[in-house]
Amino acid sequence: MELGPLFLSFEIAAVATVFAALIGVAVAAILANLRFPGRDLIDVVFTAPIVMPPTVLGYYVLVLLGRRSLLGHAFESLTGTSIVFTKVGAVVAAVIGAMPLVVKSVRTALEETDPTLILAARTLGATPLRAFVTIQLPLAYRGIVASLMLAFARSLGDFGVTLMVAGDIPGETQTAALAIYDAIQAHRERDAAFMIAVLTGIVVVLLYIVGKLTARERSP
Amino acid sequence: MSDAALSVRLALTPQGDAQTLHIDVAFDVPPGVTVLFGPSGAGKSRTLACIAGLVRPERGRVALGDDVWFDAGESREVPIHARRVAYVFQSLALFPHMTAADNVAYGLPRDLPREERRARAVAMLTRMHVAGLADRRPRTFSGGEAQRVALARAFAMKPRVVLLDEPFSALDAGLKTELLRELGVELAALRVPTILVTHQPEDAALLGERVVFLEKGRVSRTAPMSERPFG
Repeated sequence: MELGPLFLSFEIAAVATVFAALIGVAVAAILANLRFPGRDLIDVVFTAPIVMPPTVLGYYVLVLLGRRSLLGHAFESLTGTSIVFTKVGAVVAAVIGAMPLVVKSVRTALEETDPTLILAARTLGATPLRAFVTIQLPLAYRGIVASLMLAFARSLGDFGVTLMVAGDIPGETQTAALAIYDAIQAHRERDAAFMIAVLTGIVVVLLYIVGKLTARERSP
Repeated sequence: MSDAALSVRLALTPQGDAQTLHIDVAFDVPPGVTVLFGPSGAGKSRTLACIAGLVRPERGRVALGDDVWFDAGESREVPIHARRVAYVFQSLALFPHMTAADNVAYGLPRDLPREERRARAVAMLTRMHVAGLADRRPRTFSGGEAQRVALARAFAMKPRVVLLDEPFSALDAGLKTELLRELGVELAALRVPTILVTHQPEDAALLGERVVFLEKGRVSRTAPMSERPFG
């Protein structure tokens, strides 16, 4: 029984969820609260990965973060490790898959806050930032937790972009999703079945909790 | 306490929504209670929103004494949080995730120590006869209790202007009269420019010192309450 790919998937998904949360909540907050030219474009850029072919996304990552790119080169000279074809690349791939889910659902949760409460906070002396942190964010708490669970579930199973930018290196970037593919190709059905069962179980449990969280949010 | 009057001159055209009308008003609010009286849809709430800075008028000037909050000509606009306007919304807008004490403490100066904030909040709740609610959340409040907490929150911030947007519309008559009387006592102690929006003559007569009649977005008449403007 191969546990390595599963543990690697958890590790990558956990780190990816943290990054998707930090960037995703910030982007969602901007999209939900500020009106400025180019806002719709930002919305499109951050949600496009939901429908874009993984190969296309992977290509963009290779171009933007590859060893010869400006960012990729800078990262490598700072840390000594390249982004592509390493664990870092697998995290980037998972973040790209998870981010749109965070942006979409956190934005919805933030926009559901009664605007009068935010205005009341402002009249009581709160700056826009304080009103966001003390009123809007805590009231959207359930939606945010739900979106992070979705992000984790999505990160756990990324295949296409991970394969494109991180490869399928056993012990380094071979996550459970990739290992399942390899196991099936090599007729190691038992290995595949075990990992499939674990991933399925986790995703079902997470989605069940997400359903509970968002259902109670809609009917307080 | 100061004797600065609130001067309101503003114009606002509807944006996109054909249901809202053009507002063009000018009136002054000296310290004490001025009633903004008119039928539903006359533009009362939007006028209040402009005074507090929640909505930006197209033209006009809003000032408290020499302190100019908004001047379209000079592109001057003081942000909402710097105006120190107590705004009691029709929905009350109590923060559902905070206790009554935290709601009231929200508007207190942030440099106060935590115990001091708590003590002041509880003292204000006590004045409004709802000290027992200090550690409870709004979900558990009755209509009258929620009104009292909302008023406590408004007065605790030591406002320079008080705006009351039909805060008692959801209450039964007996409770409303009782609350209006208590509110009158608090407002008399505070003595700052206060606007009470209502479309009920009895509320206006109970609390107001002056009435500004608003009709279809314009001031149709202004009268002191001593002239018995409602006949």
